[in-house]
Amino acid sequence: MLIARVIGTTVSTIKDEKLSGRKLLILRQTDETGAPSGKPYVAVDTLDAGIGDLVLTAHGSSGRQTAITQNSPVDAVIMAVIDHLEVGGTVTYRKE
Amino acid sequence: MLIARVIGTAISTIKDPKVRSDKLLILRQADHEGKDLPGQPFVAVDLVDAGEGELVLTGHGSSARQTYLTKDCPVDAVIMAVIDHLDVNGQVTFRKE
Repeated sequence: MLIARVIGTTVSTIKDEKLSGRKLLILRQTDETGAPSGKPYVAVDTLDAGIGDLVLTAHGSSGRQTAITQNSPVDAVIMAVIDHLEVGGTVTYRKE
Repeated sequence: MLIARVIGTAISTIKDPKVRSDKLLILRQADHEGKDLPGQPFVAVDLVDAGEGELVLTGHGSSARQTYLTKDCPVDAVIMAVIDHLDVNGQVTFRKE
């Protein structure tokens, strides 16, 4: 899984019918402190994550293992919203 | 599999109901001598009770769902071994303390 920050939403009218009603969030990968870097990507949100939240995303066929994404043309899913990150006994990120 | 070092923990209350394990560890990929490689960290479900600082092996993709704890879960990385030592060309390049 990757640590990522929710930075926005994708809105699409014309899409595969299995995706109708699904929330497609734009994410950016972060390091263990929540600092973003790299290219953005899109994942299906099954947990009602909000803009600015740090989340974990599962990729590939694992992205289809939730009740919402099973048998869908989806390769990334948000499967956890992070409360806090701890590195070396120090909290490096805490959800506001 | 990748060689990786455990650098921390991710704690999450809101997660997919199928994810039964609470231990989500933050890892950084390491080389054949156990030295950290540059690049972003990743998170894996811990199956073997690994501790911070330890060198481990991680399984990725659909292989990560081949365990009792992660079967049919939206999980794409698991820690499936803790490394005791690494041997490259007859030389021990890493030994667990």
